[in-house]
Amino acid sequence: MKTLTVNIVTPDGPVYDSEVDMIIAKTASGEIGILPGHIPMVAPLVIGAVKLKKDGKTEYVAVNGGFVEVRPEKVTILAQSSEVASSIDLARAKEAMKRAEERLQGKQDTTDFSRAELSLKRAMNRINVYEGNI
Amino acid sequence: MASLRDIKSRITSTKKTSQITKAMQMVSASKLNRAEENAKAYVPYMGKIQEVVAAIATGTNDSGHPMLTSRPVKKTAYLVITSDRGLAGAYNSNVLRAVTNAINERHTSSDDYVIFAIGRMGRDFFVKRGSNVIESVVALPDQPSFADIKEIARKAVGMFTDGTYDELYMYYNHFVSAISQEVTEKKVLPLTDIAVEMGTTASYEFEPSAEAILEVLLPQYAESLIFGALLDGKASEHAARMSAMKSATDNASELISNLTLVYNRARQAAITQEITEIVGGAAALE
Repeated sequence: MKTLTVNIVTPDGPVYDSEVDMIIAKTASGEIGILPGHIPMVAPLVIGAVKLKKDGKTEYVAVNGGFVEVRPEKVTILAQSSEVASSIDLARAKEAMKRAEERLQGKQDTTDFSRAELSLKRAMNRINVYEGNI
Repeated sequence: MASLRDIKSRITSTKKTSQITKAMQMVSASKLNRAEENAKAYVPYMGKIQEVVAAIATGTNDSGHPMLTSRPVKKTAYLVITSDRGLAGAYNSNVLRAVTNAINERHTSSDDYVIFAIGRMGRDFFVKRGSNVIESVVALPDQPSFADIKEIARKAVGMFTDGTYDELYMYYNHFVSAISQEVTEKKVLPLTDIAVEMGTTASYEFEPSAEAILEVLLPQYAESLIFGALLDGKASEHAARMSAMKSATDNASELISNLTLVYNRARQAAITQEITEIVGGAAALE
């Protein structure tokens, strides 16, 4: 069976580089599945998990925005930050979630709501990816 | 002539200083290695993002995106990357001089420009001069990660988008080699010089549309340009500090050898004088 090469790259260096059978990613216009031989495409991603299917097993990678570039044999995901499930710092993510929730509930005019909401989303995404419940 | 004791204490203190500068030189050398590795890790990301941006920008004739179009310049922003600490030779003063010259040339009033400062030296310099420093980041680690400058980068790009200023320039030391760094001025926004020399103009399908992708892609691209400059600047900083400390150590050892010469001469003079006195005294007794 044909496979796809997946690269996940962030400014701090490559995060993931491997051959997989199928990729499922959340783009701004909905979830897409990418199989080998896909037409060249570029799509922005939302904060979420990228699922990488390989030999019947599924790996999860947390991606914080960015976009995906698809070519027939190669998929590149460019994100400003990204973590594979095993390298997620759960305690830090939980703390970030708590902080963001407090900020959102504080309801002060000075709070930057969109920012707090984004960091809440990121933290929840990390926790979900770590626990594998997507 | 200085007394023997004075010379001796100068030699000792110079030796102590040279030990410190030598240690700092070695620390900077190892930090430079790490900084170069970081810069290398960043290359694939930048290369890829440039490729996609170029493919989209050339693929669509629609250049109406605000980040791609130049508009009449009323206000300019300067993002200045300096170090937090000194003892790095002319590293900071070169950058600051270049920025000051550019500002003096282009602007008559201090309302015409704003400053973003990365690094304590730059921030203090512009605050002291009374410039409008919008945002600053200090005390960055030696191996900065993207998260460290995300805020300032987002703000710098965001304020261009909402029209606070019409140009964004970036000043930093470009790392040429371990012994040479050059001050670089780079126009970040508007993105007028996106590399069109890419041969692989793969025609992409855009999901949902090219405009929507540019909306996400261009800020990300501009922010990563800033991060790239920071990594470059950090590598230059360590290299500059390394060579500054190397020449300090060299100067110290030259000074020590000169002082040792003076010391020995003075000691010899003292001994000779003593002998002359003894001989003179003995001769007087006869």
